Amino acid sequence: MDLTTIVILALTGVLLLLSVIKDRRKTLAALRVAYKGFVRLLPSILAIILVVGLIIGFVPPKWIAQVIGKNSGALGVAIASLLGAVLFIPVIIAFPLARSMLDMGAGIMATAAFITTLTMVGFVFLPLEIKELGKRFAVARNALSFLAAVAIAVVIGVIIR
Amino acid sequence: MNEKADAVANGKKRSMRERIRWDYTILFLLIPAFVALVVVFPDKGATARHVAWEYFKEMAMILPAVFIIMGLVSVWVEREFIVRFLGEGSGVKGVVLSFILGSIPMGPLYVAFPLAAVLLKKGAKVANIIIFLSAWACIKLPAELMEFQFLGWKFTLVRYLATLVVVVALSEVIGRVFFKQGYEVPDEALDGAEG
Repeated sequence: MDLTTIVILALTGVLLLLSVIKDRRKTLAALRVAYKGFVRLLPSILAIILVVGLIIGFVPPKWIAQVIGKNSGALGVAIASLLGAVLFIPVIIAFPLARSMLDMGAGIMATAAFITTLTMVGFVFLPLEIKELGKRFAVARNALSFLAAVAIAVVIGVIIR
Repeated sequence: MNEKADAVANGKKRSMRERIRWDYTILFLLIPAFVALVVVFPDKGATARHVAWEYFKEMAMILPAVFIIMGLVSVWVEREFIVRFLGEGSGVKGVVLSFILGSIPMGPLYVAFPLAAVLLKKGAKVANIIIFLSAWACIKLPAELMEFQFLGWKFTLVRYLATLVVVVALSEVIGRVFFKQGYEVPDEALDGAEG
């Protein structure tokens, strides 16, 4: 169990306890909302787990680094942002991967675009986001994040050479 | 009157059926595909199985807790409170607060969706929630330390500042262009939660 998990569980426990002490009926209502939301999302979550497993298992990080490493111009930025948007890789792997991309000759701009879309845009998570927040919001946010990623990449590319 | 109620009931039933069919269909197509791939390519399959299992463990630990927090927020936090701090009139204060809220390390992005939904439902401004989610996604204290270590202070600092400026600016634009009239979270997303 990592620190994040422990913090979340502890926080939830404390809040739940306070809620029970203050008002049991309201707490029950809260748990009902929680249960409904959880059950509604369960199949999507299980599907996403399988997809993420397949992507990470069958698309080797080395291959990504090679593909972007060869194209470090505008094309590199485009490929990098698209790859980053589709794929979902935990940040812990993303930064070392970015490092190896730079070592293999990828441009700073492409690398920055990759990291930003990788963390902000998740096509894999889109169904979940649509379910929670609605199509309009989810599509708008992902579109924004994609534009933001390219903008951030350009800024970084201009400042750092 | 009766007809209207019937139509509403039917509409609800139909949309529910569509919903169930959609996600369960994908899941039940994915399971055999996953199993087949893992069996045919045992080497890569091992990684896939390992990653899926790690994700499953993580989700099993975090998600119930996150939904409980969401439920508690929906019951206990007053609408006026959210409107005052994150709503239309919250201005710079709302932007800063959204950014800080999003930067608290609480796990992966999908954890934030239910929380974002309940905040929107309670009257938070769309632009602020986009800032909240963006900060949650790409600015995390532990992650920044990793970035610092692997990509250097210059890269980290420039990316951090650029992200801050670009996200705040673009979320404001999106809020004004697409959600001028505000935004209703689809009702089914928060069944039972009071507004």
